[in-house]
Amino acid sequence: MTRLASKRKLWFTISLIVIVPGLISLIFSGLKLGIDFTGGTLWEVRFSQPATASEIEAALHNAGVENIVVQRSGPETDETYLIRMPVVPEGSGRKTELTRALESSVGPFTEREYSTVGGALSTQIRNRAILAVALASIGILLYMAYAFRNTQRPLLYGSSALVAMLHDVLVVLGVFSILGLLFNVQIDALFITALLTVIGFSVHDTIVVFDRIRENLAKHPEESFEGIVDYSLAQTIVRSLNTSLTVIFTLLALVLFGGGSTRLFILALLIGIVSGTYSSIFNASQLLVAWENGEIQRLFRRFSRARSDAALPAS
Amino acid sequence: MRNRTWLTLAFIVVLAIVSSWIALPGSDFDIAGFRAAHPVRRGLDLQGGLQVVLQARPVAGQTLDRDTLEGTRQTLERRVNGLGVSEPLIQTRGDDQVIVELPGVDDPQAAIGILQQTALLEIVDPLGQYLPPGTEVNTTLGPAADAVGTDAAVPDATPAATPVAATPVPDAGTPTGPVYETIISGADLKNAYVTTGNTGMNQVVGFELQGDASSKFFQYTSSHLGQPMSIVIDKHVISSPTINGAISTQGIIEGVPPTEVDDLVIQLKAGALAVPLDVIQSRTVGPTLGLDSLHKSILAGAIGLGIVALFMILYYRVPGLVSVIALLIYTAVVFAIFKLLPVTLTLAGIAGFILSIGMAVDANVLIFARIKEELHMGRALIPAVEYGFAHAWPSIRDSNITTMITTFILYLFGNYTGTSIITGFALTLFIGVVISMFTAITVTRTLLRVLVAIGPVDPRLWFGPTVVEPPAVAVATQ
Repeated sequence: MTRLASKRKLWFTISLIVIVPGLISLIFSGLKLGIDFTGGTLWEVRFSQPATASEIEAALHNAGVENIVVQRSGPETDETYLIRMPVVPEGSGRKTELTRALESSVGPFTEREYSTVGGALSTQIRNRAILAVALASIGILLYMAYAFRNTQRPLLYGSSALVAMLHDVLVVLGVFSILGLLFNVQIDALFITALLTVIGFSVHDTIVVFDRIRENLAKHPEESFEGIVDYSLAQTIVRSLNTSLTVIFTLLALVLFGGGSTRLFILALLIGIVSGTYSSIFNASQLLVAWENGEIQRLFRRFSRARSDAALPAS
Repeated sequence: MRNRTWLTLAFIVVLAIVSSWIALPGSDFDIAGFRAAHPVRRGLDLQGGLQVVLQARPVAGQTLDRDTLEGTRQTLERRVNGLGVSEPLIQTRGDDQVIVELPGVDDPQAAIGILQQTALLEIVDPLGQYLPPGTEVNTTLGPAADAVGTDAAVPDATPAATPVAATPVPDAGTPTGPVYETIISGADLKNAYVTTGNTGMNQVVGFELQGDASSKFFQYTSSHLGQPMSIVIDKHVISSPTINGAISTQGIIEGVPPTEVDDLVIQLKAGALAVPLDVIQSRTVGPTLGLDSLHKSILAGAIGLGIVALFMILYYRVPGLVSVIALLIYTAVVFAIFKLLPVTLTLAGIAGFILSIGMAVDANVLIFARIKEELHMGRALIPAVEYGFAHAWPSIRDSNITTMITTFILYLFGNYTGTSIITGFALTLFIGVVISMFTAITVTRTLLRVLVAIGPVDPRLWFGPTVVEPPAVAVATQ
């Protein structure tokens, strides 16, 4: 426990192992985008007697709708289905037509939710989501550079925190990519909300550790950087874990006992915060040490040398 | 102990009582109706209802400026008021959009219809002809393609303007035909109401004209006795009654289907829309979904809070108890603020609130950890508490500021992507973080100060037996 910084290669390896499956899924399967990002209509209906997805699909298809995706939502006994189709505006005659078609072909139902997002708006949402994440990252980087302005390398702290945060974002994205692949879980604007919250929390945790490192650097100037980071981490790890534990308790309670419609949102938060705790303790400070010891620079040099070697003709 | 600390303690007690009083559900113990006037505003996903984003689509030659958009918003607001929805929300966004939220509305489809229809009433001079109901006409106020009827054309869907009456009309384009003169329009109405028609059995729309319009109408009707006049709504003829006598102020409109009479009265009273509106985003949530989720979330929140309280007391003992009290006060204050501002509570907002409770504990944990260290270094109890706070504060401040940066960006993101759910979450989280900092420096600190001043001096009684031993951690030398 007292050599948290010195064992950094181990922690980096663990992080990579966790990220890689998600990364592979992201690259090859991507994320399943919800209507917030693609436009369309989402219709959650609950039938009063047993129904099947193919019945629903057929009924709508006969009414002239293309590109229908029907999915069961909730437990088997619920007869609740999520229908996804191109935009049919609420309040239009077309929607009344489709309602009648469903009622006559499949059976009476209650409407639990009906959402439509126009095509132009969904592109806007997509762009704004990316912008929001970028802005949050820049904002945090700038603030940290300001907060740590009287250290030797203020930007280093911000950058390490940012990389640790990037790790958390990748973990969450990776998990949801896999969930999308296996269970057709879709991401919506609320998912972006969870992501931004995770970013805020991840840095929140990291800053406390960095604060301690900065303090100890001033108090023990004769010690090695790595030693100071080790010491600082040992001092703060209990507090770090405690804080995250309380947040995780409350989120777990929400996931287990809370209402269904925000379950995915809370899950994203939970994964992100667990990852954030891990990265604050095992990644962020270790990055500081790795940079101070020149390891990262050496890694880059080896990369570029390997590439230029490969470019040379075989002798 | 300083007077200031006692004063702060008194303030905290008052704050706790007032906040709890405001925050409690129901309206018992009300004073001057204050509590009844500040209920919890529940968002769309908690009580069901409709949220719709309308985009103005100016017709050829029409410019959309800030005044027009604001005027449109006001017209929509008047129509919404006619619907009788409690706590509606109508606001503009950007330079061409209006967001309308109707929590708890019974018939979302009808509501959108009422909002979207242009509802321009005109009485035109048909030049002696009898125009059958359903005819599309061009008038001096504008061509037929301008108006948005009951079935609006939306960019992604197939445009199909359905005439109000059953008579089919060949196509939705501008009919080539004469331009009829508009004698009076909806803007000239002083009032519109539901009344009984000439046969005494059916419900019709009655109207009353104001000032100059009534004299103009009088002139027109007295000079065209025996001829038909056409009553046109959204460029479609509703009826063409024969003028039997001069009319100056009051009249009725027959030929409107009985199911639409009420809606039309609402629209006429509110005024016609200056510019056509398209629905670009909508969300309708059924009522049962919300109630179920609310109960579950409250239960989850209570369980979460309970576990946190247990943990804090077990780990930090007496200061842990102090932090639990501070947390309870925090919960009351934040909830009271939600009611006062008001903040519309959504499921995501509740999640944000519960999350902020977990984070509020963080500040306390930081402070206690610091105090423990000061005790390890050999300081006496009272200075250890003071130094603990002083040293913990920079970390608390910095870490919470980064969270606030993200909530700020989240709020902007939610604002520009049309979901009040996201802005609600950002707002609750922001308020939670700010208040958590406040309760950490005020409540926790004051309570601890009071306790150490009047309680035993031995730190072991507070933190447990191990607190005065130096930690097993030593600085590693390379």
